[in-house]
Amino acid sequence: MAARTFTIDGKHVSADESATILEAASEVGITIPTLCHLDGVYDVGACRLCLVEVTGVPKLLPACTTRVAEGMDINTDSERLRKYRRMTLELLFAERNHVCAVCVANSHCELQTLAYTLGMDHVRYEYTFPRWPVDNTHSLFGMDHNRCIMCTRCVRVCWHIEGAGTKNVSGRGARSQVISDLNQPWGTSETCTRCGKCVMSCPTGALFAKGVTVSEMERDRTKLEFIVTAREKKQWIA
Amino acid sequence: MDRLKVATVWLGGCSGCHMSFLDLDEFLIDLADRIELVYSPVVDVKAYPAEVDVCLIEGAVCNADNLEILHTIRKHTRVLVAFGDCAVTGNVPAIRNQLGLRNDENVLQRAYVEGAQTNPGVPREPGIVPALLPRVMPIHEAVHVEHFLPGCPPPADRIKALLTQVLSGTEPRLEGAQLKFG
Ligand code: SF4
Ligand code: SF4
Ligand code: SF4
Ligand code: FES
Repeated sequence: MAARTFTIDGKHVSADESATILEAASEVGITIPTLCHLDGVYDVGACRLCLVEVTGVPKLLPACTTRVAEGMDINTDSERLRKYRRMTLELLFAERNHVCAVCVANSHCELQTLAYTLGMDHVRYEYTFPRWPVDNTHSLFGMDHNRCIMCTRCVRVCWHIEGAGTKNVSGRGARSQVISDLNQPWGTSETCTRCGKCVMSCPTGALFAKGVTVSEMERDRTKLEFIVTAREKKQWIA
Repeated sequence: MDRLKVATVWLGGCSGCHMSFLDLDEFLIDLADRIELVYSPVVDVKAYPAEVDVCLIEGAVCNADNLEILHTIRKHTRVLVAFGDCAVTGNVPAIRNQLGLRNDENVLQRAYVEGAQTNPGVPREPGIVPALLPRVMPIHEAVHVEHFLPGCPPPADRIKALLTQVLSGTEPRLEGAQLKFG
């Protein structure tokens, strides 16, 4: 445990050497946009929304997986960052089929909220309109691959909070996808404990509780926080 | 001051955006004093006028007629506004693109042959029923668009915000939740 001192957006900050830029920033009330980060599970740097500038480093660094260092001069907001964040968002929208008007997550979606917060008024790239299935074989939950942004939050909570290891990633590039067990219908999974943590963790309309319709998929993240606290503090407190 | 010449047009959409426009309620009365509605589904003008200041375009570009009028509009209009999610993103009409990026034949087969209980057959009436485009496009893929007004439909207060900015001569700029899709 050693403290590091550095600046974020001109503010002098100190944090433990183990802290990420994202943690240090949120500690002092600076919000960095994120999509794949989820409090309580380890970070993988998948979405690139949290990119920040560090003086002297030519490339942009993901705040969620970069540790703070002595004397770092971090900038979380600039023309350039706004440009890249918007591009990243537009690519996410162009890559799969997002039809917010008929989506279970409409008005409760982190992707949608981030898009309007960051000023995305339209998508400049051509939509690709890929063909993806919906897996409705599970008795309690459904997975709509059309809305998945491959943040892998569901995979990480399934392995590291629930410990079931049902969810995985298969394939590469634009054809990569979240699978259950050995790439089989979710309903036939032998490892899924039906805990619903994956559904609670999903930022979009890709994972949903069966029976919800347009705009009805609201998530209760405190359910996840409760378990994370229990694991970290060994106490069942809300 | 000359009143602003405004047009509204309905391409491949459900008319919901126009319904939302009518939801402007008493603001419509203010508007009537400040604009001249020169072309719209709600006025009886057959041909698109030669010089229009602002055109709100509802709906995606789905068929040959949509594309033709869109080019006419672009030619005769100073400022185009993509009005609602179908115009901005393709939205629900563009779901057919998931059948392939050249889906016009597939989609007709699916609707009029595979799904038909009686008289299967694709209707073809050149000159009456416009041909479907191979895929549905948001309007900015076909022509240059100045402003985007998302929402399905855009709520009346959002339409009002944009129109107020246009009328006051400032560069329209919607921000935050005013840009929400869906
Ligand atoms: S997942 Fe979010 S962004 Fe995608 S269609 Fe649903 S509400 Fe819209
Ligand atoms: S319900 Fe639980 S066990 Fe099943 S896939 Fe989701 S996180 Fe894993
Ligand atoms: S299903 Fe949801 S949580 Fe899982 S990778 Fe896709 S968007 Fe992320
Ligand atoms: S939140 Fe850092 S890369 Fe996704």
